[in-house]
Amino acid sequence: MSGSFELSREHEEFRRSVREFAQGEIAPYAAQWDRDHHFPVDVVKKMGGLGLFGLTAPEEFGGAGDDGDFTSLCVAIEEIGRVDQSMGITLEAAVGLGINPILTFGTEEQKQAWLPDLVAGQTLAGFGLTEPGAGSDAGATRTRAELVDGQWVVNGAKQFITNSGSDITSLVTVTARTGTRENGSAEVSTIIVPTGTEGFTAEPAYDKLGWHASDTHPLTFEDARVPEANLLGERGRGFAQFLATLDDGRVAIAALAVGCIQACLDMSVQYAGERTTFGVPIGSKQGVAFQIADLEVMLTASRALTYRAAAMKDAGRPMKEFKQAAAVAKLYATESAVTATRIATQVFGGYGFMEEYPVTRFYRDAKVLEIGEGTSEVQRMLIARGLGLPVE
Amino acid sequence: MNIVVCVKYVPDATADRHFEADNTVDRVGVDGLLSELDEYAVEQALQLKEKGDGTDEITVLTVGPEQASDAIRKALQMGADKGVHVVDDAIAGSDSLATSLVLAEAIKKIDHDFVVCGMASTDGAMSVVPAMLAERLGVPQVTFGSQIEMQGKEIRIRRDGDAATEVIGATAPFVLSVTDQSGEARYPSFKGIMAAKKKPVETWSLADLGVEAEKVGLSASWTQVEDTAARPPRSQGEIVTDEDGSGATALAGFLASKKFI
Ligand SMILES: Cc1cc2nc3c(=O)[nH]c(=O)nc-3n(C[C@H](O)[C@H](O)[C@H](O)COP(=O)(O)OP(=O)(O)OC[C@H]3O[C@@H](n4cnc5c(N)ncnc54)[C@H](O)[C@@H]3O)c2cc1C
Ligand SMILES: Cc1cc2nc3c(=O)[nH]c(=O)nc-3n(C[C@H](O)[C@H](O)[C@H](O)COP(=O)(O)OP(=O)(O)OC[C@H]3O[C@@H](n4cnc5c(N)ncnc54)[C@H](O)[C@@H]3O)c2cc1C
Repeated sequence: MSGSFELSREHEEFRRSVREFAQGEIAPYAAQWDRDHHFPVDVVKKMGGLGLFGLTAPEEFGGAGDDGDFTSLCVAIEEIGRVDQSMGITLEAAVGLGINPILTFGTEEQKQAWLPDLVAGQTLAGFGLTEPGAGSDAGATRTRAELVDGQWVVNGAKQFITNSGSDITSLVTVTARTGTRENGSAEVSTIIVPTGTEGFTAEPAYDKLGWHASDTHPLTFEDARVPEANLLGERGRGFAQFLATLDDGRVAIAALAVGCIQACLDMSVQYAGERTTFGVPIGSKQGVAFQIADLEVMLTASRALTYRAAAMKDAGRPMKEFKQAAAVAKLYATESAVTATRIATQVFGGYGFMEEYPVTRFYRDAKVLEIGEGTSEVQRMLIARGLGLPVE
Repeated sequence: MNIVVCVKYVPDATADRHFEADNTVDRVGVDGLLSELDEYAVEQALQLKEKGDGTDEITVLTVGPEQASDAIRKALQMGADKGVHVVDDAIAGSDSLATSLVLAEAIKKIDHDFVVCGMASTDGAMSVVPAMLAERLGVPQVTFGSQIEMQGKEIRIRRDGDAATEVIGATAPFVLSVTDQSGEARYPSFKGIMAAKKKPVETWSLADLGVEAEKVGLSASWTQVEDTAARPPRSQGEIVTDEDGSGATALAGFLASKKFI
């Protein structure tokens, strides 16, 4: 692979396959799940059957192996997100935050224990980094893990954790302070806490603005004890590990945003051709048509940035180059998605405010794209740093 | 057991479809795909194979123009093992009799224990090819199966009719056709799509099958489409406005005029 972002014929055929799946298995029910705040476990398992959770995993754990790549994962997230952002983020988080850390940093035993079911979509894993006092400033982690008699004893709280409390969640990986360095800064490590561990509670799900069908919980740990062997990766490398995890996630979130913009464009083109005012379709008014033209521009640009970053990842381009491309794609695509939902709801007039059309759901769902996995401000900070600016 | 699945390449119903000057369906100049109803045939073959001992092989067979290889590729992506594409200019315009002749001769050349078809194509929609194949191959037909069970060489299917449900059985070899109630077809995974690239597809001509060109094609077909006309656009419905309480009477009057009541 050359690092160019032309999608191959196989990627395009896969896109069609995921599109048919999304149209058949998700689109007809998305509005209802949204209304009921229902997390459809059976559909997650069907997505697993289609191999969506294993696109970047080795064959020995049930993944696509050498055939798979990060680009195909982005294609899947985009197409699922095009009909339902909630299921799109479920897939994105399951792979990027759930599977990835274990795949990248896990021991052979940890991989054998957890990956086969995660890759098959039979179970989900959450990634607990954010805390009430530590979001953008993730280093401010207060959750602690102490090694006592060969067990990690975890105490603290996490918040806003995706896929962490569903009926099929098998574990969460959490970042925790495991000590203090000589210079006084915190030593942060990552620990696997299986569902059902005494003292670990996924509190009731949040009441969110959007992503109603996605599973998000606050987590509490009160003397939650897990074996010493549940340390994920190196002790004291927790901070570096999650930073690496987040780079991939940014591109995947950008793909989710591309799906959102595509949906906005599709809905707007159709509605502008059907709805008439003053005796003509609203699409014949420049005031409407030009806004929709802007959607096409945002879509094309966002898609190009996203798949360029994905291709860089697949081609193994230098980390510094990829990080910058990932932040650029995430920032541009997610801010475009929020703008696109604003335009699309405007095209729909009063119906843009009614839950009768999906456009309203996309409007509610889009906002969080600018927040999760690094806010827009954090992306700008990273990009500026990448340029060598002394931004703090 | 080895299985042949007959799949047809049909014009995409969601895209533009048109006829050629001789009233045959334009199969070359339009977007096409694996007939949706034949996806059920592929699915049932895959399920039967999955219940087997792992030595079974599924060959997908299509008779159609160059692009019909897309239908084979989709079936291979779903999980079939190899493909046979019969393509020959002389076949164009063949009706079901001629098509079934070509299919039967191809099937004879493929090592198989039984044949699976869809319930109908989504374009011609005659539903007769499976029966014709059974006749030409001299084997039993078990058609329109909505539930399929197989034990060794014995098959039992449920057949849902308007008035009754039958359970019929046969012993391989046979020709099976399955309905859209037989079980949802799977979507190709990325792994399946990549694997399909490496699966063998053979292309055969009429000469390879020993079928004379005069026996097929438009001129040899028993049926001839004489005329085609687009269905007139649906007329605007009649709107009854209830302004003074006479709405119900007007509605009843309308229904009566159409002989609904
Ligand atoms: C639905 C949802 C799902 C989530 N899922 C997960 C998950 O699975 N796992 C997980 O660990 N986290 C998850 N998060 C948390 C998410 O990553 C954080 O909310 C996000 O990183 C922001 O952190 P914060 O909420 O603490 O905001 P804060 O860090 O308090 O930020 C508040 C505001 O200040 C700005 N700001 C902060 N620092 C700076 C700075 N240095 N310069 C300029 N501006 C700054 C921010 O951009 C923001 O606008 C999820 C969040 C949501 C909403
Ligand atoms: C109104 C009308 C117009 C027609 N116009 C044309 C035309 O323009 N051009 C033309 O070529 N034919 C035309 N035909 C003929 C018809 O499309 C072909 O004879 C067709 O190949 C077989 O009949 P069917 O499609 O009805 O198959 P059915 O009997 O409905 O199909 C049942 C099953 O047989 C198998 N099968 C059928 N055809 C094939 C195939 N080609 N390859 C592999 N498996 C197959 C599939 O498993 C399918 O599910 C027309 C027929 C009608 C009634």
